[in-house]
Amino acid sequence: MVKRAPARLRVGVPRALLYYEYFPFWRAFLEALGCQVVLSGPTTVKTVEAGARLAVDEACLPVKLFYGHVAELLGRVDAIWVPRVVSVEQREYTCPKFLGLPDMIRFAFKDARIIDTTVDLRRGPGRLYKASCVAGHSLGASACRALAACRQGLAAQRRFQTLMASGFTAGEALGEGGTDNPGCLASGDRHRIAVLGHSYIVHDARAGMGILPCLRRLGHQVLTAEVIPPKAVAATAARLPKALFWTYEKRVLGSAYYLLRHGLVDGIIQVVSFGCGPDSMVGELIQREAAQTMRVPYMALTLDEHSGEAGVYTRLEAFLDMLGRRVAWGVGS
Amino acid sequence: MKVTFPHMGNLHIAIKAIVQEIGAEPVVPPFISKRTVELGARYSPEFACYPLKLNLGNFLEARELGAEAVVMGGGTGPCRFGYYAQVQDKILRSLGFPLRMVVLEPPQEGWGQLWRQIRQLSPSCSYRTVMRAIALGWAKVHALDQLEAAALRCRCAEKSPGALDLALSRALDAVDRALTPKGVYQAAREGQEGLAQVTGPLDPERPRIAVVGEVYMVLEPAANLDLERRLGKLGAEVVRSIYIGEWIRANLLPRVFMPREERERVEAAHPYLAHFAGGHARETVGSTVLYSKQGIDGVIQVQPLTCMPEIVAQGVLGAVSRDHDIPVLTLSLDEHSAPTGVQTRLEAFVDMAVRRRKRRQATSSSTWE
Repeated sequence: MVKRAPARLRVGVPRALLYYEYFPFWRAFLEALGCQVVLSGPTTVKTVEAGARLAVDEACLPVKLFYGHVAELLGRVDAIWVPRVVSVEQREYTCPKFLGLPDMIRFAFKDARIIDTTVDLRRGPGRLYKASCVAGHSLGASACRALAACRQGLAAQRRFQTLMASGFTAGEALGEGGTDNPGCLASGDRHRIAVLGHSYIVHDARAGMGILPCLRRLGHQVLTAEVIPPKAVAATAARLPKALFWTYEKRVLGSAYYLLRHGLVDGIIQVVSFGCGPDSMVGELIQREAAQTMRVPYMALTLDEHSGEAGVYTRLEAFLDMLGRRVAWGVGS
Repeated sequence: MKVTFPHMGNLHIAIKAIVQEIGAEPVVPPFISKRTVELGARYSPEFACYPLKLNLGNFLEARELGAEAVVMGGGTGPCRFGYYAQVQDKILRSLGFPLRMVVLEPPQEGWGQLWRQIRQLSPSCSYRTVMRAIALGWAKVHALDQLEAAALRCRCAEKSPGALDLALSRALDAVDRALTPKGVYQAAREGQEGLAQVTGPLDPERPRIAVVGEVYMVLEPAANLDLERRLGKLGAEVVRSIYIGEWIRANLLPRVFMPREERERVEAAHPYLAHFAGGHARETVGSTVLYSKQGIDGVIQVQPLTCMPEIVAQGVLGAVSRDHDIPVLTLSLDEHSAPTGVQTRLEAFVDMAVRRRKRRQATSSSTWE
């Protein structure tokens, strides 16, 4: 008789926030430790409603979505993966809300088992191994197995980054958008438009308001912050009067400055979620830079759980019409 | 050089003394008024936090008085405050009013950078004058903290309405005029005596309310809509989680100077917030836990709208409130907040605190019998 294998631990990963940055790593890591990874579904109206109900009123949309995705996973999984990502670069931080995320989730969902490990790479990338061991320990794996799993995770993450370097956006590289959206957004022959913002807003099925697929359907070539060469972004960001201490906002700011100064695109759309702290500062710097250089049209779209598609599309349409007129009149590039 | 600085409660008294002592000319910005708020909000990013807008309003009004440079604090993240100066600089430049920004923070290029910045403000100052200035400023910070704590404690027992505020402003003036640390402490002592003269005995039944939250919003009455004074007038003794002196020791100085209370707060917060989350999130949570054991009847958390660290704290304060049986009221304020709305909520909160205290006394006396 075949002996039945012990049931694998089902670990739920919410399809929100840093899922769009590190899911390949997480999946490879968790699977190497013998867990079954359960991903929550794409964001729906229900997710938004659940999140808005469970989270603090003042929280930003992406954090509310995270609550919504956790609520969706409850009951289907044995544990929920909520790492505390404090820092992923030396001397930098992510967002304060990520620093307190496991605590907020733990007290909002009393019955859930949360797997949390602190990833703090401010003092060097070696700390990732420590974080892996801690996570492995809470999953019942030895340090040795956890380190091996960490290496597999890193390999998966490198493959993911190679995909993005070849022009796929984070959403596409993760297979978001399903089969009706093959190929990469970088193709297209009308305008080159950069859509900059947090990956967890831009690529989210609901929060991103479908701006990327919409632009693509209209035949525009779309760039996101992930596909712009990291070296160029870093070099541009290094010229700031004071180094920016938020990693993801640094990428948005660096990409925007890089594109603005070199006039590499026909238009920039910055997507910001209402109540995003770092973006309120970075957005201002980008806006003033755009007004100073006067080379590339720039639009900021602020989204929250109340944003309607009609309003967003009207503004998008107006922006695209303006780009068309610029070409017709021979302004800009 | 004419040097200005943002307002934060009564801190201007100490900074003015330091600037004067190193041989620069201080320009104290006009006290925050409706115009300051409007100016600041008009030119600031829409979703920036409230302190940034008020700071900018201060700078714009100080510039009208001839200020050429700004001295302010900074930080290394992840709170937005660490990037205030850079964003404000960009805004002031694009408005055509450049001011030289001198940011006091753990320097990126070594401590020599800080020294060079001080020399820019006052080219002739020596190491000794800077040390003397800091000693005087520190004495004033201490004196201000003592006077404010005394006023918060006994405002609910003032003999005639407004008498305490008058005595307090006289005491603050005396501290402002003092020229040596010795004179400062003398003024503080006399000030405290003055406060004691205008107050009667404290009512043993008085409710005790603690104010926690983001430091600027706690310290600046114009930003928190006079929260502490309103509470005092409603008959509550007010306790504050944070004072300027403590804040400087905990945030601007190396770790060895960290006050012991700060460590206790961090430990108390640990079951709820296991990691630093920027700003004062841990202090807010930790103080609330500690206050629940110190006979406080209610805690008010004040935060600027969209403040990231305080939102994290708010996310776990519900659990703290349930576990430790302490009522918590959160006030998120910005330039659109109306005093009447705040007043109504405070009245309800103080009423609740009074009833709660009576009920507790009733139950505890019955158990003892």
